[in-house]
Amino acid sequence: MNKKSVIPWIVRAAALAAMLYLWTIMPTIMSGAVSLGLLWGIMVLGVFITYRVLDIADLTVEGTIVLGASVAARMITAGYSPFLATFAAFFAGLLAGLLTGVLHTKLRIPALLSGILTLTALYSINLRVMGRPNTPLLPFKVPSVFTPFERFNLPLNIPALIVGVACLVVIVALLYWFFGTELGSAIRATGNNPNMVRAQGINTTSMIILGLMLSNGLVGFAGALIAQHQTFADITMGIGSIVIGLASLIIGEVLFGTKSFKNTLVSVILGAVVYRVIIALVIKMGLAANDLKLFVAATVTVALTLPIMQSYARTIIKSLRRPEKGGE
Amino acid sequence: MLDVRNIVKIFNHGTVNEKTALRGVSLHLSPGEFVSVIGGNGAGKSTLLSAVAGVYGVDSGSITIDGRDVTRLPEYKRANLIGRVFQDPMMGTAASMGIEENLAIAKRRGQRRTLKWGVTPHEREEYRELLATLDLGLENRLTSKVGLLSGGQRQALTLLMATLKSPKLLLLDEHTAALDPKTAARVLELSEQIVARNNLTTMMVTHNMRDAIAHGDRLIMLYDGKIIIDIAGEEKKKLTTKDLLDMFEERSGSGDADGNLLL
Repeated sequence: MNKKSVIPWIVRAAALAAMLYLWTIMPTIMSGAVSLGLLWGIMVLGVFITYRVLDIADLTVEGTIVLGASVAARMITAGYSPFLATFAAFFAGLLAGLLTGVLHTKLRIPALLSGILTLTALYSINLRVMGRPNTPLLPFKVPSVFTPFERFNLPLNIPALIVGVACLVVIVALLYWFFGTELGSAIRATGNNPNMVRAQGINTTSMIILGLMLSNGLVGFAGALIAQHQTFADITMGIGSIVIGLASLIIGEVLFGTKSFKNTLVSVILGAVVYRVIIALVIKMGLAANDLKLFVAATVTVALTLPIMQSYARTIIKSLRRPEKGGE
Repeated sequence: MLDVRNIVKIFNHGTVNEKTALRGVSLHLSPGEFVSVIGGNGAGKSTLLSAVAGVYGVDSGSITIDGRDVTRLPEYKRANLIGRVFQDPMMGTAASMGIEENLAIAKRRGQRRTLKWGVTPHEREEYRELLATLDLGLENRLTSKVGLLSGGQRQALTLLMATLKSPKLLLLDEHTAALDPKTAARVLELSEQIVARNNLTTMMVTHNMRDAIAHGDRLIMLYDGKIIIDIAGEEKKKLTTKDLLDMFEERSGSGDADGNLLL
């Protein structure tokens, strides 16, 4: 956080302009990518809380997103309101975060391993919740949070777009408020310097658990929405989600900056959208779906190393420009 | 104010790396007393401070602050009674948060963290005035990230944070050791001012014998996990470096004072 964006504003504007242009030439692909990006953006906010605010790489996400989807799918097919089901997914996510938090803080298991333990446990739990590896949520058979939009006869993906934007506006406002409160400040400080936080009388254990819960709650919520949008919940849908989350986070931060907390929240969501657009484009350009994960891993590596590459480039350019001073 | 009774601290108990850092240290501090603690590397001065602060528990003995037995209390709970400044300027502040946010966290030491705003406009004014007393130009940089400050500025800020809620006990753990001599002198001077103004009970660990002699109204020297010198009052005021070295050689039985103590 709080690094200056390495990309000038003109590149940001160009990226947004390019997306608008693409929308006009292939609206279906773009609306699909953007709406998916917005829904995954909710998950990216969760990843942001752990990876950036708490400074923990939390792999629980891979299980929590499926947990959210499973809980929502099970409840919707059992006849509960899809809205209630989506909120239930949020609470299920809180519990997953609680488990990882307790493993990490109270039982002193390294964060990475705690996440892996929870996500492994969640695999079985998710199968139990759904009762099978895949639950279809076909729009004409069961309702979803998008059902109320049916009567307006909107084009494909537009309901998801509306729901995504509405959820994000509320969540960003809540997160901005929460991290400005005494409690939220204490969580931010814990990720920053736990020594200082303890010296100021704050229990870092509680702060870490709280942060992990909030993060996984958001991921569970996103999982429920994604499942309803793609019309199924699947036991494998979480695979690679942490990499997707980090890719979106880093793309967003690099492209749109991290000047302030507010700015960063919006940046990481835009990052999720840009990520989905890139994926849609490479598939359109003929990348085989099976090669996608390789492509994603490569993208994340490039995005992660962009700042350091830029500093190398700067050093090289400097030495080329001022060769007479270089010898001193 | 502080009552340390016969504390023993053994690291890596039962292993080949076993090290007894404190061998039965007892110490009583009256309210308002400012004691400087010196000793060579490994003498146990930082261990003593950390044990009082609750960074780790002790193997035996008891620690009482302001009449409250804190021996078994975790670090974050003891923090209600204790203000601390660390050797490493990075340790006392949250680098990616603003100056006012750091102060606001310190302002709420000992209170439950609620969902009220982290920094209120009212306290902002208070911080501005307090920062102005440091005379480091920080009063106009309330929202600057602490990571942008120099080591000396960060230590001064940490000092302010440690004393914002008048602590029962102020622990300064070699807090000027990482600073250049000029900044170190300034931070020491500030420490003295703040301690005097709030009449704080203070323990200051230092490597520097001259600082220990010049500051505080009592001096304690640790050697091999024990207090070997404890001087206060008139005797402390008249103390010179030479006296201290002679006393050290006599009491520790070590002929190599210069090697054991940094001047």
